[in-house]
Amino acid sequence: MSEVIWGMVTSHVPSIGAAMDHGKTQDPYWKPLFDGYQPAREWMAEHRPDVAIVIYNDHANGVDLDVVPAFAIGTADRYPVADEGWGPRPVPEVVGDPDLSQHLIEHLIDDGFDMTLFQELDVDHGLTVPLSIYCPDPGEAWPCRVVPLLVNVIQYPQPTAARCYALGRAIGRALASYQPDVKVAIFGTGGMSHQLAGARAGFVNPKFDAMFLEAIQTDPERLAALSREELIRQAGSEGIELIMWLVMRGAMNDEIRRIHETYHVPASNTAAALALFDNRGD
Amino acid sequence: MTAPAGHDLPGTPVFDGRASRRGLRMNKLFMSLRSAESRERFAADERAYCEEFRLTPEQERAVLERDWQAMVDLGGSIFYIYKLAMMDGLSMQYLGGVFSGMSEQDFRAALMAGGRTDV
Repeated sequence: MSEVIWGMVTSHVPSIGAAMDHGKTQDPYWKPLFDGYQPAREWMAEHRPDVAIVIYNDHANGVDLDVVPAFAIGTADRYPVADEGWGPRPVPEVVGDPDLSQHLIEHLIDDGFDMTLFQELDVDHGLTVPLSIYCPDPGEAWPCRVVPLLVNVIQYPQPTAARCYALGRAIGRALASYQPDVKVAIFGTGGMSHQLAGARAGFVNPKFDAMFLEAIQTDPERLAALSREELIRQAGSEGIELIMWLVMRGAMNDEIRRIHETYHVPASNTAAALALFDNRGD
Repeated sequence: MTAPAGHDLPGTPVFDGRASRRGLRMNKLFMSLRSAESRERFAADERAYCEEFRLTPEQERAVLERDWQAMVDLGGSIFYIYKLAMMDGLSMQYLGGVFSGMSEQDFRAALMAGGRTDV
């Protein structure tokens, strides 16, 4: 039987990946953020999953605006690392788990989630930066297979927070019926508060972020009740990415145990956070 | 840009379906700049490249004059616009300064001080 062993939520700012790729993690600008990751990285290194389901969004690299799926799953054997305009990140190609992808699609569609599927997909920093946060030195290969699950957070109307949470619950149910004996980790990526355009560019809301960081464990229903407008107002126009954290939360047990969290401003224009949860509770 | 009906989010452009329709050709131009070959062709003759993508005259002017605010107003998505900024060697902090009426240096300093918490 498959088992979700842990879930991690993390920002996926491209410059976090660039800092790793260019050996800048000990620079004064970046050191506090990477020091904050360290306890989580050590714990995750002791608890390796066989496969990670990474909830993320593309940023004009693997997907353009011709088709805007609300929710999509990759079904490929391999996902090339996208060239975002300055060459692909120097990280390994991402190896998929097509059997698990197909299982999820069948169960999610039967459960009322009409998923789009990607047979081919270049994965951008939205997916590879969280992998690097999980595993900073992968060598020739990432230590787990990956199922990419994309959420449209770029074009309004995004799926509601409630729908994202419900999708997570459905993923949890689908995994419970997956027969192979695999350990699964769930990554919810994006956030926290940030806004890139408009007169409010540079907006950060530490109070809202602190509330969200706590409630993602203890009161996800409260977060699932937030409207799009409230999320944009409180977390900024790009902070609405936080709805992807609710997909992770929904896929986990009601009681989860917080292993570690860290919060730091800034990573580029963004309030960056990581929180790691053991799915086995206390 | 028109905010979604019934919502008032001052200082916050919302990239909605209408904006995406308006900006589709321009956003496709920006996305094409991922490849080195496209960047070379664009740099060689920016106007011709814009015509190839059938930009409106307003969008073409915004791109040629690097009027970043106009690109947003004319349906550009910030993630797409950023491809052009990167080609020019400009950062997201530079753009943040343009949008918020600050120098890049002041914008960076505001983020380093914990972000713009009062807007």
